[in-house]
Amino acid sequence: MSDKDFKMQPPDPTRRKFLLTSGSGVAASLVAGYIPALTKSDAGEIDAAPIADVPNIEGTVPIALRINGKDHQLRIDPRTTLLDCIRETVALTGTKKGCDHGQCGACTVHVNGRRVLSCLNLALMHDGEEITTVEGLGTPEAMHPMQASFLACDAYQCGYCTSGQIMSAVALLKEPCGPDDASVKELMSGNICRCGAYANIVEAIQHVRKRLM
Amino acid sequence: MHIFEFIRPSDQAAAIVTAAQSKTAQQGADVRFMGGGTTLIDLMKLNVETPDRVLDINRLPLDKIEASPDGGLKIGATVRNSDLANHPRVQKEYSVLSQAILNGASAQIRNMATVGGNLLQRTRCVYFRDTAMPCNKREPGSGCPAITGHNRTLAILGASEHCIATNPSDMCVAMAALEATIHVQGQKGPRAIPFSDLHLLPGNTPQRETVLEPGDLITHVTLPPPVVGSKQLYLKLRDRASYEFALASAAVVLTLAAGRITHARIALGGVGTKPWRSHEAEAELIGKAAAETIFRQAAETAMRGAKPQTENRFKIELAKRCLTHALRTAVAS
Repeated sequence: MSDKDFKMQPPDPTRRKFLLTSGSGVAASLVAGYIPALTKSDAGEIDAAPIADVPNIEGTVPIALRINGKDHQLRIDPRTTLLDCIRETVALTGTKKGCDHGQCGACTVHVNGRRVLSCLNLALMHDGEEITTVEGLGTPEAMHPMQASFLACDAYQCGYCTSGQIMSAVALLKEPCGPDDASVKELMSGNICRCGAYANIVEAIQHVRKRLM
Repeated sequence: MHIFEFIRPSDQAAAIVTAAQSKTAQQGADVRFMGGGTTLIDLMKLNVETPDRVLDINRLPLDKIEASPDGGLKIGATVRNSDLANHPRVQKEYSVLSQAILNGASAQIRNMATVGGNLLQRTRCVYFRDTAMPCNKREPGSGCPAITGHNRTLAILGASEHCIATNPSDMCVAMAALEATIHVQGQKGPRAIPFSDLHLLPGNTPQRETVLEPGDLITHVTLPPPVVGSKQLYLKLRDRASYEFALASAAVVLTLAAGRITHARIALGGVGTKPWRSHEAEAELIGKAAAETIFRQAAETAMRGAKPQTENRFKIELAKRCLTHALRTAVAS
């Protein structure tokens, strides 16, 4: 495979954007109905609306979240998990919902630099805290070393668990972890991969650790 | 998920006043303290927990690990499991606690889960977690389908005809062996609860799991001064190598002098309806020369009252081998 093949194309149009912008389709109105805080800007990009523009639906409460260095003023149902808030309200869909019960790790994000499961947290618990999602690690043009290593090592198949794997792997770099593969496997055990890409995931992480340490 | 009001109390007193309005601090509580959320949010999604008010205590100043005046350790209720397990003094002087925590859950969950929450971790019994099924713990008087159903992972010690749910915590097993004290601030002031008195056996009130009353806030845990020269080990046996609950586990704290056991503290996990301290097994060891036959004798004694269910008879021998191996390994360390 040539270097060129490794180049990721910017994910545009995404399935979500297609649904949201495909005019009067039933799918568009259904999805939009679940995302009351979204607006379509002139450029056709999806952004979280300023709080003043968000409809004050009964039962919702205001919250200020700082995600990937950007401040978001939102109104949410108090029951909203951090995961659903990131995906549905802020429309950052890199973070995935797998089991939604803290058993798979697909929803892993960083809060104040530490990895947590966003499905077992209420968004309201993180008012004012620093949240990082996979979108905040790097871009297709300037990837985080861990993202580049996952790509180079073919550390995925279907890709659904990948953003959670990468968020865990990046956090692991700052955690107490022995140098051997077994230590990496133990600290990555909270991220399940149904395709079974584990061997390549460990390899990708060890490549980065050897280069950085 | 049931609709609730999210409240961030300004201080401890405000948290306690609000929590005291709950009709119970046990199953069915209408006011709940929120720590890491790793148990509570999971159960709220399943409608097993349906609080009307959730009190976020994460920003109360309960997150410190400090030396206590007697030379022991004072651990705040909202200290995260990973911070406790990686604390230098815990690793060095209370290593059984560090090992137990690091054997539990995943790195992400350990970053979230609090000490206070882990003390109150709920059972993983599938009937408790499924509101379509009867469960005496969730709905008193509705019955226990686990007794004739899926009970492979459930308790063989401390069960009753009303409930056989296992306490799933690893941390608690080490806390039992270290003889921790739980410090609670309630409406009537502070009180200290010896670890072994915190959890209750199910008896005919399995919905009641601890001695806590409405308004009781666990503020911190204290560990007594470390046992000088002790050998400590946590051994956990489970269906997979990581990220799985114990089928059987053992926490041992031993000291030896001239080959004889002078101090022994033993607790078992994965087998009891509460974290299972075995004074009987300890008595078998103290004063004896450390030897394989004595370890096995202690294990036999620890499991003397074990009562298996239809699918978990294997746990009796598993727990015996777990404890025997833990004692052997600790002595050799």
